[in-house]
Amino acid sequence: MGQQKNLEGYVGFASLPNQVYRKSVKRGFEFTLMVVGESGLGKSTLINSLFLTDLYSSEYPGPSHRIKKTVQVEQSKVLVKEGGVQLLLTIVDTPGFGDAVDNSNCWQPVIDHIDSKFEDYLNSESRVNRRQMPDSRIHSCLYFIAPSGHGLKPLDIEFMKRLHEKVNVIPLIAKADTLTPEECQQFKKQIMREIQEHKIKIYEFPESDEEEENRLVKKIKDKLPLAVVGSNTIIEVNGKRARGRQYPWGVAEVENGDHCDFTILRDMLIRTHMQDLKDVTNNVHYENYRSRKLAAVTYNGVDNNRTKGQNSTKSPLAQMEEERREHVSKMKKMEMEMEQVFEMKVKEKVQKLKDSEAELQRRHEQMKRNLEAQHKELEEKRRLFEDERANWETQQRLEQQKLDASRTLEKNKKKGKIF
Amino acid sequence: MTDSAKLHQPHPPPKGERSHAGDFSYVGIDAILEQMRRKAMKQGFELNIMVVGQSGLGKSTLMNTLFKSKVSRKSAQPNPEEKIPQTIEIKSISHDIEEKGVRMKLAVIDTPGFGDQINNENCWQPIMKFINDQYEAYLQEEINIDRKKRIPDSRVHCCIYFIPPTGHCLRPLDVEFMRRLSKVVNIVPVIAKADTLTLEERDDFKQTIREELRANGIDVYPQKEFDEDAEDRLINDKIREMIPFAVVGSDQEYQVNGKKILGRKTKWGTIEVENIAHCEFAYLRDLLIRTHMQNIKDITGSIHYEMYRVRRLNESNAGPETKRNQTL
Repeated sequence: MGQQKNLEGYVGFASLPNQVYRKSVKRGFEFTLMVVGESGLGKSTLINSLFLTDLYSSEYPGPSHRIKKTVQVEQSKVLVKEGGVQLLLTIVDTPGFGDAVDNSNCWQPVIDHIDSKFEDYLNSESRVNRRQMPDSRIHSCLYFIAPSGHGLKPLDIEFMKRLHEKVNVIPLIAKADTLTPEECQQFKKQIMREIQEHKIKIYEFPESDEEEENRLVKKIKDKLPLAVVGSNTIIEVNGKRARGRQYPWGVAEVENGDHCDFTILRDMLIRTHMQDLKDVTNNVHYENYRSRKLAAVTYNGVDNNRTKGQNSTKSPLAQMEEERREHVSKMKKMEMEMEQVFEMKVKEKVQKLKDSEAELQRRHEQMKRNLEAQHKELEEKRRLFEDERANWETQQRLEQQKLDASRTLEKNKKKGKIF
Repeated sequence: MTDSAKLHQPHPPPKGERSHAGDFSYVGIDAILEQMRRKAMKQGFELNIMVVGQSGLGKSTLMNTLFKSKVSRKSAQPNPEEKIPQTIEIKSISHDIEEKGVRMKLAVIDTPGFGDQINNENCWQPIMKFINDQYEAYLQEEINIDRKKRIPDSRVHCCIYFIPPTGHCLRPLDVEFMRRLSKVVNIVPVIAKADTLTLEERDDFKQTIREELRANGIDVYPQKEFDEDAEDRLINDKIREMIPFAVVGSDQEYQVNGKKILGRKTKWGTIEVENIAHCEFAYLRDLLIRTHMQNIKDITGSIHYEMYRVRRLNESNAGPETKRNQTL
């Protein structure tokens, strides 16, 4: 560790935070939030209240229309801009969680989704070209506990036990306007007791060096889990307008610290601890996933390569290189094979063409020969015919001569009478 | 109060009853009402109510509020912390309560563990078995040769089913349970912890529930087919418009406007349990106790029990006769 040196003048690197700030503002922020809980606990209303948007508008069909047979995982993205800073907010919803008669393994789709997001990030981190690395990992999971007033249900305990190592779990007491202040206190104590009993690691607020912040953090810790009420309808209370729920006996205000812990949740989630949630996700949960995944890969690699007699202690990077090389050689082989096949096909085609050309040639010859034969025949016939004609002519001449001779004879005979 | 019976003195015939013998001979047929009343008061009434619902819906509190005394199982065995049982247990606690000389033996049957597990398949089976066991016990007593003068009635007269106030619709578990049990017992569905819902949400929720009950063919109390006459139908229709009742229970008293009332105090107001502008607890109480208690017991006895009896005796007639199955 280096020694701390006192500066003798103004160097100027105190402006580093500003530079980081400007760069981040330009880049924009991303945050992914998952909400889990049985239907009817006010999750959609709370999200709308937190971000003051209508992510789930009134046209969005309520759970009664969306009863699912199995647990689904749905993502909605919204881009929120405030004061020049833009935030790409992704809300992951899990309709159908805990609603069926048999809820065994209803947490499995959720775990699979979280793991798949980690895997995407791992893959994009391991790529050669990683200019753009979109971070779609789940940064925090709000778990809604039904306000029974007694304690956690078996489903709650199971779910949190399985997810506390994968994501920042923030338990919330939903619909907290059901509970009177005393009941709320007791319920919170009971829940924290059960959480400790089952060794569930919920999101821990980090200790800081400043006293002021520490006091704030301690105040939040005392109130865990936060009891929230959500609403986006504006009601008039004592002349001022506030968001709340109107009952015949009074108005439960959402932003009143006496009524519920909504403001604490909002401040914690957005204003103070958003970056910390992302950091913990990156440094703790993602690293856990990564080390487990890559250890599994090397282990699998060992199993496959045992027959080849290779070294078992390989670092994941070398293993990946090995795999890459294998892959490349495989590709080369495939390419060669394909070329061979192509050549073969070309040869075949050429051969075929040659054959057909020869065939054509042969036929041509044959036809020519036929023609010649016919020609000869005709010649022959003509000759015969000529011969015949000549014969006939000679015959005719002979006949004519004979006729002439007979005629002259006749004539002579007639004339001969004179003789 | 020992002797609250008033001797009926003969006096000129009251409106209605007239013997055709004349005005001055009063027969006294209407005195039968008084005799019945005295007998009933001596005998006392029995009422068995079962409460079913997930833990944390305020079942025990509601029972305490209904009977204005600590009748729930929690008061019988105080536990420092509530542990959800691994399997469904059926706990029956009986109390003898008295009001104005009328004695009532009330049994509250609780079902902790219902719907609390991760896998709730067949969670209604222990409950159905319990109800059928009670019918069976009554049947056995009834067909005995030497049977008691008054058969102890442990049949479940009414089952109050607690629907969690999600505000959206019935869950598959609720539909399954109510479908199966509406055939063997009178079911009264209520929306628990109704102080979660605003008035509009409450109306929407009730509408959705009524539609779902109709769509699934679930007949809750008061059943349409058992209405006896037009007057009954009128009253029951009004009730049917309001089920399920949105109730809030409380056994703590607060001062509101100088009066002591049962309620829940929150930072933004106090919910009065008996105020019909706040919740419908008063309607539920009237239905169960003040107006329809006898009707509930009658339907249980004459319809549900009879159906069970017919089924059971047909079964045992088809099979070999048992020793105890004597006359019929």
